[in-house]
Amino acid sequence: MSIQSALTLGPARGRGRGDVPADAGPVETGAAERSDEDRRVVRRRLGPGRRLRGAFWIGPALLLAAWSLGSVTGLISPAILTAPWDVLAAGRTQWTEHDLLDDITASLRRSGLGLALGVAAGTVLAIASGLSRTGESLIDGPIQIKRSIPTLALIPLFIAWFGIGEEMKIVTIGLISMIPIYVNTHNALRSIDGKYAELAETLDVSRARFIRHVVLPGALPGFLLGLRFAVTSALLGLVVVEQYNATNGVGHMMALAENYGQTDVIVVGLVLYGVFGFLADTGVRLVERKVLGWRRTLEG
Amino acid sequence: MAPHAGGLTPAEIDPETGAAGPVGSVGPAGPAVRVRNLHRSFNRAGGVLNGLDLDIAPGEFVALIGRSGSGKSTLLRALAGLDRDVRGHGQIQVPDAVSVVFQDSRLLPWKRVLDNVVFGLRAADAKQRGRQALAEVGLAGKERAWPTELSGGQQQRAALARSLVHQPQLLLADEPFGALDALTRIKMHALLRRLCEVHRPAVLLVTHDVDEAIMLADRVILLDDGVVGTDLRTDLRTDLRTDVEGRPQADPAELEQRRTELRHVLLEALGATGEHLGSDFIAPGKRRAS
Ligand SMILES: Nc1ncnc2c1ncn2[C@@H]1O[C@H](COP(=O)(O)OP(=O)(O)OP(=O)(O)O)[C@@H](O)[C@H]1O
Ligand SMILES: [Mg+2]
Repeated sequence: MSIQSALTLGPARGRGRGDVPADAGPVETGAAERSDEDRRVVRRRLGPGRRLRGAFWIGPALLLAAWSLGSVTGLISPAILTAPWDVLAAGRTQWTEHDLLDDITASLRRSGLGLALGVAAGTVLAIASGLSRTGESLIDGPIQIKRSIPTLALIPLFIAWFGIGEEMKIVTIGLISMIPIYVNTHNALRSIDGKYAELAETLDVSRARFIRHVVLPGALPGFLLGLRFAVTSALLGLVVVEQYNATNGVGHMMALAENYGQTDVIVVGLVLYGVFGFLADTGVRLVERKVLGWRRTLEG
Repeated sequence: MAPHAGGLTPAEIDPETGAAGPVGSVGPAGPAVRVRNLHRSFNRAGGVLNGLDLDIAPGEFVALIGRSGSGKSTLLRALAGLDRDVRGHGQIQVPDAVSVVFQDSRLLPWKRVLDNVVFGLRAADAKQRGRQALAEVGLAGKERAWPTELSGGQQQRAALARSLVHQPQLLLADEPFGALDALTRIKMHALLRRLCEVHRPAVLLVTHDVDEAIMLADRVILLDDGVVGTDLRTDLRTDLRTDVEGRPQADPAELEQRRTELRHVLLEALGATGEHLGSDFIAPGKRRAS
């Protein structure tokens, strides 16, 4: 297609990759040319395109709608999955009669502290092992060994070391969430283009400034991906540690419900975990969008 | 006198390979750059630099040309202190303040343009100086832009601003305009010349382009077999050319002839034969004879 025809054809025709059809009449000139109508040749978009507003919520909302519809029509029998409104009612009972708020805050506190511990440890270790060969030889091996031992299998040992209280729970969650932070941050750090380190060397910057202005921002995409995994890991750890001698927490509530056969209360716990995880992930992604605004990627 | 920054990359110096020797600095009286008996090689088979000697005076603009693979970048990286893992020996003295302009602009993509320009600048008025440097290269108003929002030429100008904001006594540039179109190149030449006249750093500019070398530099050196093969003063600066009474004198025809002469000498030294140069080629020597 010549430039001439590409410029004068309307968008619908101009978009086609083929030749102009033989019967395409003469393009009208005069009025159309002088108007400020926007005619352009636009390529077919291969990336995901522009962002939808509130896109994060569409999927979960549809899921909830399907669940409600299934329960109303009887496709999902209460024996298989409690209806949403019954879960809501069970939740309200837990709230008023069994102090659900206390369970939620206890769980959030445990997972929050554990996650903070894991994120701090994972980041520091990733930087130490990423920027120094000595650090790498000391840190990387043990982390890989630790990775291949399921943390949950270590709980009996932790109980022996830290007792059965809060400490053991937080350490376990911290260890579980440290791994994805370490692996992803380390990987992203090592993928930073060496030419930026060279630039920093020619500018005579200190190691601290190098870490702050080059290493951390450069490894941030990997760190945030690790954080998304770490959030999920922290919740996973939470479910398990709250089975051990807990007096509160969502996991404790579910363990009790299991003993009494209260399926609806178990679903309340599941929904809570789902909501926690989804909100945390959404939060990380919003942060990601804010701090990685400089990127020109498909994320947009 | 400050040695170059220690390694920031994970690489550690291998004592076996005899990595590049310490880089010293020169006093105010001597040349800005002093290189003696410089050897560099990447493998046992042969050296890239074989006993190279080079002096650059303060404020002197030197263009470095040579065939592809002749070791121009190797020399520049040695002067920049970026070759700690390369085998070799020899003495290098450079000033304290050395700035490097790379072929790619090397702006940190996660920093806005102004923050890129002042990166590594330890001064109370860093931002102010950064803004001034950006204005000097014609990028006033782009302070808050991301590097990806600049055109190629603008990115390279921002990199130039970053190197000048450190007030270097030596500016090292490795084909800084290689990726630019002809028109932008010409504009960048004028800009670089003007900035160098204001800031007066010694400059070592690596280029592939003989015409660029002649146009910009006070002196053109050609790297051949790992040493400085040809070393020519361009003698084209009109402000330095005076007649017997000391008045500035610039006869355009004479300047043009000098340019053509230099071009032929350099192209010949680079190994281009008459065939490559076209039918109008007359070697300078022959021209004088006729
Ligand atoms: N990192 C390296 N490892 C091994 N050999 C290298 C390395 N860098 C350069 N060389 C070799 O050293 C020689 C000189 O390279 P150098 O980059 O200095 O050339 P140059 O003159 O800058 O070439 P160009 O004009 O193409 O940029 C080349 O033969 C090249 O193959
Ligand atoms: Mg090169």
